Amino acid sequence: MAAVQETIDRVKSIDVSEYKYGFFSEIESEKAPKGLNEDIVRFISAKKNEPEWLTEWRLEAYRRWLTMQEPRWARVAYEPIPYQELYYYAAPKTAAGPKSLDEVDPELLKVYEKLGIPLNERAILAGVEGAAEASSRVAVDAVFDSVSVITTFKEELAKAGVIFCSISEAVRTHPELVRKYLGSVVPPTDNFFATLNSAVFSDGSFVYVPPGVRCPMELSTYFRINEKNTGQFERTLIIADKGAYVSYLEGCTAPKRDENQLHAAVVELIALDDAEIKYSTVQNWYPGDAAGKGGVYNFVTKRGDCRGANSKISWTQVETGSAITWKYPSCILRGDNSRGEFYSIAISNGHQQVDSGTKMIHLGKNTTSRVISKGIAAGASQNTYRGQVSSHRKATGARNFTNCDSLLIGNDCGAHTVPYIEAHNHSTQFEHEATTSKISEDQLFYCMQRGLDAEEATALIVNGFVRDVLQQLPMEFAVEAQKLIAVSLEGSVG
Amino acid sequence: MLDVRNLSVSIGDREILKDFNLTVADGEVAAIMGPNGSGKSTLSYVIAGKPDYEVTSGEVLLDGENILDLSPDERAARGVFLAFQYPVEIPGVTTMTFLKATLNAIRKQRGEPELSIPDFMKRVNAAAAKLDIKSDLLKRAVNVGFSGGEKKRMDIFQMAFLEPRFAILDETDSGLDIDALRIVADGVNALRTKGRSFLVITHYQRLLEYIVPDKVHVMAGGRIVRSGGKELALELEKNGYRDYVEAEVA
Ligand SMILES: Nc1ncnc2c1ncn2[C@@H]1O[C@H](COP(=O)(O)OP(=O)(O)OP(=O)(O)O)[C@@H](O)[C@H]1O
Ligand SMILES: [Mg+2]
Repeated sequence: MAAVQETIDRVKSIDVSEYKYGFFSEIESEKAPKGLNEDIVRFISAKKNEPEWLTEWRLEAYRRWLTMQEPRWARVAYEPIPYQELYYYAAPKTAAGPKSLDEVDPELLKVYEKLGIPLNERAILAGVEGAAEASSRVAVDAVFDSVSVITTFKEELAKAGVIFCSISEAVRTHPELVRKYLGSVVPPTDNFFATLNSAVFSDGSFVYVPPGVRCPMELSTYFRINEKNTGQFERTLIIADKGAYVSYLEGCTAPKRDENQLHAAVVELIALDDAEIKYSTVQNWYPGDAAGKGGVYNFVTKRGDCRGANSKISWTQVETGSAITWKYPSCILRGDNSRGEFYSIAISNGHQQVDSGTKMIHLGKNTTSRVISKGIAAGASQNTYRGQVSSHRKATGARNFTNCDSLLIGNDCGAHTVPYIEAHNHSTQFEHEATTSKISEDQLFYCMQRGLDAEEATALIVNGFVRDVLQQLPMEFAVEAQKLIAVSLEGSVG
Repeated sequence: MLDVRNLSVSIGDREILKDFNLTVADGEVAAIMGPNGSGKSTLSYVIAGKPDYEVTSGEVLLDGENILDLSPDERAARGVFLAFQYPVEIPGVTTMTFLKATLNAIRKQRGEPELSIPDFMKRVNAAAAKLDIKSDLLKRAVNVGFSGGEKKRMDIFQMAFLEPRFAILDETDSGLDIDALRIVADGVNALRTKGRSFLVITHYQRLLEYIVPDKVHVMAGGRIVRSGGKELALELEKNGYRDYVEAEVA
């Protein structure tokens, strides 16, 4: 959201009206009835003018999904999800959104204020009915981004040969790439939520970086056309061809309110020989009100395939939002000498439940992986690290280092560490370190004696605790994340 | 400056300060000496506002205002500083970040704007020069992996940086080598002004040769049992606390 003020200023200096009808008009109305069946799947596919193979692909996924059980092994508890009561395509905007800011959870509004989000944008984030239409400046801002900034941005990328577009667009413009790679890392049969996503995915990003190309800028969802409408079943596919490099940023620090309680995204990364992908996420979906009601269920499948030799995939995540998080960004280390990394900060407060971690699957020779996880639990939240590290019989010389630290704030929260470690050859070296600590009264008092109030002191200590991971984030993301950490912990100390 | 009146403090059901009285005038350096466990650190914690201590009676007045109901950070904003007997480690937070956060927090409470980066750096460098602090220490996490002496010196450096009005030094000298002791003492002496007072807690008269106190108080069994000038420290060094402890027991 950093660009907002600047963009607004720039919009003011141009003729606004020419951007009035850009991208939003056609999205408005179309909607499928609620519930899920084969017709709905066909409807979604038809709406997107998809080729037949993709329609069939979705239908197969849907049929498979009908036979699957929702996973229950995570340490999270929630009421059964009424799948037939949900909308799977362009949920109608008029469905029970707040009528004005007065109806929005005041705590949420306070958070917006603290993050410095402009007033009119707060209404949009909070899902107030008609806010986007009423607030011309913001609408223009969004369109402006889509049209103008995006154009320069895309020109730069095109010069480098990088393809960056929505996945629906890629299906039309680069069908051979999509068909080759879609579902090749997370197969449509992978797990209950990924299979559901395969059947009904709405939209998401597509990135292809050609051989030997270093993507000239960090790619961010912020710059993607129609980002608002990717919906609850986002699908992202990123391919770094031989010797290519790309860094991708996902998310936004503003807690976005969404009527769709269930989010089931799939992200697939593919790195060929000598390629590197760096994927950073800041996730701050609405966590629900003080009683934990109304928050987002974030059931995501993210997986990277180090398919080529000497390839590298690195996940960095800052997870502060959502009522429930179920997320394990993983790496399949297939290529010899490939490397996987996972850096995570997961903060839970209030009644949030986080079950997150990673899988490092060592298949190739001399593959290495590194896992640094920092879990912070406050309030009445539950925070679980769940991680799997395994080496195949043929993965000689596999090495992993895992460090997993948990910090507890207060007495009503819980932190749990669940490692699964399997080595199937003798030359494997796996190291696992885990600590759990409470934020110490002595540290708090020391900081407060020097002038920090209780919340500032807590935020400072927590920022110190997560420093190793913050350093992995691109600079501007790191600064925002730091602020976000402070805001997320508010109300956690007495 | 500071007026402690009839202060009684307990932890659990144990009374540690018993009807304690002490006055420190503006610009005065007062020393407190006393046997282990007599309540010196407790006194400094209660003045600074550490939770867990139950004040059963009395007041702590700073410039006439009772500060006992204020939070530790509010007291810090009023100029109270405590150099800890055991400074605390804060992993992952560099000293530089910490200094900036503390100064800005204090300024915010006082309704002053944040210091600009150049002004902040000037202030850091001035304090670092006074206490001979190498810049690589400032880039390391607060007190993490510091030697005992380095921790003490860093706390005094923070004092020089924050420029408090009323500073308590709790056994700052223990753990310092001879050179460091002199540097720290010089640092403290440089800060002595009419408007700033110090309460220096120590077991050794040697520190008081460098930081010459205006008054020396002997504390035993949770109260001041004798007060005098700087010569009292010499007498204690010779005779120990036996007389006072026995008097207390009787
Ligand atoms: N948290 C606590 N719980 C129980 N007893 C405590 C606690 N803190 C201090 N005490 C007791 O209170 C008494 C005074 O302790 P304090 O640390 O104030 O002594 P001191 O004069 O600073 O001693 P020293 O010279 O060894 O530093 C001691 O007997 C100590 O054991
Ligand atoms: Mg003591």
